[in-house]
Amino acid sequence: MFKVRNRYVVLALLNLTMAFSTSSSVRADEPVRTIDITAKRFEFAPNQITLKKGETVKLRLTSADVMHGFFQRAFKIDEMIEPGKTTEVTITPQVAGTFTTICDHFCGVNHGSMKMTFVVTE
Amino acid sequence: MKLTQDRRSFLKMFSTSIGIGVLYTAMPSAAAVAGTEREFFNFLGDQNGERPRPFSFVQLSDAHVGFNGPPDPLGTKAFEHAVELINGLPQAPDLVLFTGDLTHDTEDKDVHAQRMKQFLEISKRMKVGKVQYVPGEHDAGLDAGALYREFFGESHYSFDHAGVHFIALDNVSRAKPEVGPDQLAWLKKDLARFPKTAPIVVFTHRPLFDLKPEWEWFTSDGDEVMNLLAPYQNVTVLYGHIHRDHDHTEGQTRHLASRSLIFAFPDPDQVQDRKPIPFDKEHPFKNLGGRLVSENKDARPSFTPISMDEVKLSLREFKEINGIQQILKPISL
Repeated sequence: MFKVRNRYVVLALLNLTMAFSTSSSVRADEPVRTIDITAKRFEFAPNQITLKKGETVKLRLTSADVMHGFFQRAFKIDEMIEPGKTTEVTITPQVAGTFTTICDHFCGVNHGSMKMTFVVTE
Repeated sequence: MKLTQDRRSFLKMFSTSIGIGVLYTAMPSAAAVAGTEREFFNFLGDQNGERPRPFSFVQLSDAHVGFNGPPDPLGTKAFEHAVELINGLPQAPDLVLFTGDLTHDTEDKDVHAQRMKQFLEISKRMKVGKVQYVPGEHDAGLDAGALYREFFGESHYSFDHAGVHFIALDNVSRAKPEVGPDQLAWLKKDLARFPKTAPIVVFTHRPLFDLKPEWEWFTSDGDEVMNLLAPYQNVTVLYGHIHRDHDHTEGQTRHLASRSLIFAFPDPDQVQDRKPIPFDKEHPFKNLGGRLVSENKDARPSFTPISMDEVKLSLREFKEINGIQQILKPISL
């Protein structure tokens, strides 16, 4: 019964099932790259990260000011970044593409522009 | 009780484009005053606790009082114009539902309070029976809704009007786009009082489905809300937040977004970034307002985007239940 003139609903569902997995299962002989990401109003640093398809990386998320969110539907990531704490997330991208990640914890007047991208290459 | 006539023939829906928001009217047809039709309305009254009667209401959204652009240098002018148009309607609507972002946020509590006062000063000019509100994240995201509640009362609640059950849901005060477990439990309890045929209108700020998650156009536990509503056959969800028209049907439920009263966002199918549509000084209200509800060939409702400066006050009568046709639409008596 979808009245789908919005193909992004379909794309989101596809992404959910195909694009990414969050995983902590890594072969012992594969070094896991760790990437630090700092959130502060109203940006993430770095604001773009490039990964290879199938590469497992650990993200270490910290806040330089207030509570932030870290949300990516295709990654199945929905984390809070609390000041003074480090939040760790491990991901393994399975599909190449560009994936926008947003702060989904309202943090102020320019909250809506707080985002970063993951670029996954073949 | 088994009624044999086509229920849809009992009702006529009137839809008036007022250029801002949308006016909905649920009106029994002339035939609905006697015989089996009378039984039908009595039956709904017995089942739902209140016998349906004709009424109309308006949805407004996203005034962002206090926002000072760019892109919109007009401040509250569109909001004030909306109030004038509503007051100029031939018959005053019973209700106005305001689906969030009444004000624009600021970290200065006194300034934000002043914006809420200004919003209410304009809102109270509306000569309607009742105005009901839910918060947007710009009203309630920074302080968990504390200031909003001082001015507008509880951020989630329900009430009955003319045989329709209205439910206000708050999916912004937890700072994240979510309703939360406490409100879900409240909703479950609230719904338990009603039969599955009850006409229900949910109004909230963010969409309750994944419209565009990377633009924060979603509610993370929206599926849990919709699961609670799924057994009910006559549910319509009205929301704001996206500053543009959207019409989406999922299962038995229709989800309708209202335009903003400050600036518009583009179609996410057409652009990558969520940036407001630039202000057009020749057409200052372009892309603001609501939807023009019209009838097309197969008698299904059509929600056509309208611009405030293109709108003529018009009244359209439908022969069947159109517009938000779930209202007063019994499916399985």
